[in-house]
Amino acid sequence: MTDQPFSIDRDTLLDAYRTMKTIREFEERLHVDVARGDIPGFVHLYAGEEAAATAIMLHLGESDRIASTHRGHGHCIAKGVDVKEMMGEIRGKASGACKGKGGSMHIADLSKGMMGANGILGAGAPLACGAALAAKRRGDGGVAISFVGDGASNQGMFLESLNLAAVWNLPVIFVVENNGYAESTAMEWAVACDSYVDRASGFGMPGVTVDGTDFFAVYEAAGEVIRRAREGGGPSLLECKMYRFYGHFEGDAQTYRAEGEVENLRENHDCIKIFRAAVTGAGAVDPADLNAIDAEALALINEAVAHAAAAPMPGPEDLETDVYISYA
Amino acid sequence: MARNLSMNEAVNEALDQEMARDPAVIVMGEDISGGTGAPGEDDAWGGPLGVTKGLSVKHGDRVMDTPLSESAFIGAAIGAACSGLRPVAELMFVDFMGVCFDEIFNQAAKFRYMFGGKAETPVVIRCMAGAGFRAAAQHSQMLTPIFTHIPGLKVVFPSNAYDAKGLLIQSIRDNDPVIFFEHKNLYDTKTDVPEGLYTIPFAEANVVREGGDATIVTYGQTVQRSLDAASTLAKEGIECDVIDLRTLSPIDMDTVLESVEETGRLVCVDEANPRCSIAADVSATVTQEIFGSLKAGVRMVTAPHTPVPFSPALEDIYIPGADRIASAVRQTVAN
Ligand SMILES: Cc1ncc(C[n+]2csc(CCOP(=O)(O)OP(=O)(O)O)c2C)c(N)n1
Ligand SMILES: [Mg+2]
Repeated sequence: MTDQPFSIDRDTLLDAYRTMKTIREFEERLHVDVARGDIPGFVHLYAGEEAAATAIMLHLGESDRIASTHRGHGHCIAKGVDVKEMMGEIRGKASGACKGKGGSMHIADLSKGMMGANGILGAGAPLACGAALAAKRRGDGGVAISFVGDGASNQGMFLESLNLAAVWNLPVIFVVENNGYAESTAMEWAVACDSYVDRASGFGMPGVTVDGTDFFAVYEAAGEVIRRAREGGGPSLLECKMYRFYGHFEGDAQTYRAEGEVENLRENHDCIKIFRAAVTGAGAVDPADLNAIDAEALALINEAVAHAAAAPMPGPEDLETDVYISYA
Repeated sequence: MARNLSMNEAVNEALDQEMARDPAVIVMGEDISGGTGAPGEDDAWGGPLGVTKGLSVKHGDRVMDTPLSESAFIGAAIGAACSGLRPVAELMFVDFMGVCFDEIFNQAAKFRYMFGGKAETPVVIRCMAGAGFRAAAQHSQMLTPIFTHIPGLKVVFPSNAYDAKGLLIQSIRDNDPVIFFEHKNLYDTKTDVPEGLYTIPFAEANVVREGGDATIVTYGQTVQRSLDAASTLAKEGIECDVIDLRTLSPIDMDTVLESVEETGRLVCVDEANPRCSIAADVSATVTQEIFGSLKAGVRMVTAPHTPVPFSPALEDIYIPGADRIASAVRQTVAN
């Protein structure tokens, strides 16, 4: 199948599908496991938003860095963090990506370029500027991505970072994941400008808005701004309009939504369904190949859950380690 | 008439009654009402744990949702406080203080002194604190000593529903900036709470148990844990005074000193990290003021010098427990 309308080869399409499907299965499983009482603490699910993380991360290498948010599972998976280690972390197990010390809101793997999910909204943006500064000094064409929600895009730290990045001409992309809500508050109310493109231009950088449920639109737009940054053209802002399928956190009653809103999202705005229809409709990928990936993704998540469930908790001897460097 | 209320309900009632009494009182915070601009219900959240639920229905636009912009709205609350309003701003988690701290420690805290006594800043900043909620390193801290370090700030930390209502009303009426802590693990705990308005003055510690052999000084979530330790110790013949400080700035050292003068033994229990903590502060003051009355070295039982771990297995041993408190008391008594 060489004749297909996408600028992306078949293997990459399959990879993209695998990533999106892995994120979806991961989050759907967490939704169930939280309800069963298996998961401690706050959990913010990325289900519905998979296309953005997936399409953006396809343009990055391991040495490119990302600064994530409280809703970070999708960013982690798309950036290559081990799914078993993530599941272990979310259950507070010693097998976790951060030895159980961080939890869902703090999964990180610096070796994969993942600088951490973050419990402090907006705090990732200056960090991404720092990673971009390091890349710029190395001169290797590296970039950094700062993910931020529509809510956190109103944070001083974020807005200062836009200015700093522009003044220093940093290779950083600010990706606004606009899912319409910050907790229960509507983006339409809380963000006082007509569009993020306007906001970007106020800070002297290009801004692009894309339909975040359209994998190909995100892929293309991200490719453009990342190429620009790698070539020394400086920062950009990329707004992805998207939808979250679950509550703000697990346990949110979501009474601020319209009636039937979630059903409509799942039916008509599911980025994975849209991707699947596009690639199979164009004859680029055989549905059977996607079905095989569905099964693999599910198997991977089942394996990750079994691994995490069986893993030991950290012990008392771990409580006071890792506060400072060890010279032992 | 007193009813059995949770701390959650007591805080809500204090806000409600003070808003009804004084039109200058306004309440603001992220999702404090919730659903603003959204297609579904208004008052959809009432804060992340529902503490302010219903207030916007009763008090309309005096209950203000804010954009996610802490330095702006906390600063605005402070500016409004110097301009005739009595804002109660909710910062959600004390851990977010880093985002807006300048407005608090360089602005609100200093106005009265720096302006030669000519400024009033009657603002209350409510925030959740403390571990045990599986909320991990950036949503579980105490940070109390950071605020007590700063002259000009008042720091209040109720341990139960009755105190929460009386102290919050006092905080709203007070003409200085107050950091009002709510321990998220205590929201569901219940006590009798009077229906009407009442205040609890600052710097009046509460002696929640009288013993005579040793003094335990604490606040917040570890008050109950200290009481649990005291009942265990009573069975062993060791009787403890347990003192709930209730306000950390100003602090009622007189009550502590009186008790230790009698018992000669002091254990300070603090869920905050140990360095420069409330426990260290009380220990130092007692040692300096009444060294001659001490029959044993002062002991501190605190969280370790680490961030709050996520894993339940670690978080459970991070918070000072009744067993650790009891063994510290036994050590002082053995001396
Ligand atoms: C500094 C700070 N303020 C507030 C919060 C509490 N909080 C966590 S998520 C959230 C809403 C975030 O909305 P948005 O940025 O749009 O991201 P989304 O949850 O929609 O992905 C809020 C207010 C926080 N974690 N950090
Ligand atoms: Mg959002």
